[in-house]
Amino acid sequence: MKTCKDVEILCTKAQYNEATLLEKIQLKLHMLICKTCKTFVKKNTKLTSLCSQAKIKTLPMEEKEKMKRTLRSKS
Amino acid sequence: MTKQILNPDTWVDSYSDYLFNYAVTRVNDSEIAKDLVQETFFAGLKSAKNFKGEAAERTWLISILKRKVIDHYRKINSKKAKSVIRITKNNNSDTDSNFLEEQVADPTSLLENSKMENEELGIAIQECIAKLPKKHAMAFTLKTINGLSTEEVCKELEINPSNLWVIIHRARTALMECLNNNWFKI
Repeated sequence: MKTCKDVEILCTKAQYNEATLLEKIQLKLHMLICKTCKTFVKKNTKLTSLCSQAKIKTLPMEEKEKMKRTLRSKS
Repeated sequence: MTKQILNPDTWVDSYSDYLFNYAVTRVNDSEIAKDLVQETFFAGLKSAKNFKGEAAERTWLISILKRKVIDHYRKINSKKAKSVIRITKNNNSDTDSNFLEEQVADPTSLLENSKMENEELGIAIQECIAKLPKKHAMAFTLKTINGLSTEEVCKELEINPSNLWVIIHRARTALMECLNNNWFKI
């Protein structure tokens, strides 16, 4: 039997679609019996949708490295 | 209040994404936004001795960036011979009328509202990410926002996958807590 902590990590994995079939089944089974984890899954899913909704843009890594180098040469 | 000190070495890692987002929502062009962020860092370095330590580093950098954005608009405006008032006709309107009153934005439209709300949400999320430990923040951004694969993130941070999931899980739990307090109940 998985502990709640394990299941929470499984849930996080599932948010990125990277949980295996067995893990998904374990998650669903646990959600049936554990209310705390059910709320957690709901919140976690909401966080995923919020993050995609916000459309945050980031600078690519190489751009950052370039910036760092030019900054260092100036200072 | 404790006096703030500047740490230019950490600027790019800590603030470039935040500043970039701020700029990109205002100039609508990622190339220009990137240049503005770069200029902001330069200006920050140049005037570092004027930094009085009253504001947080990030607030100070944002205030520089604000000026840069204003300067940018000033520059492109001065290139025009004169300002042109553009009236875009509503092409798909079924009513054939020339009254401007009929072309104003629909006050009941939810589109503009949700756009503004998304910008604010983005800022709220980034502020929460900034509060995370550095490694957690990096893992979360790489995985969620940049959408890298687990393998790539692991290589970048030099950790193994199960470690990564624990880190991401902690980051997400902290983010939920933070957004719960600062944004709304999730």
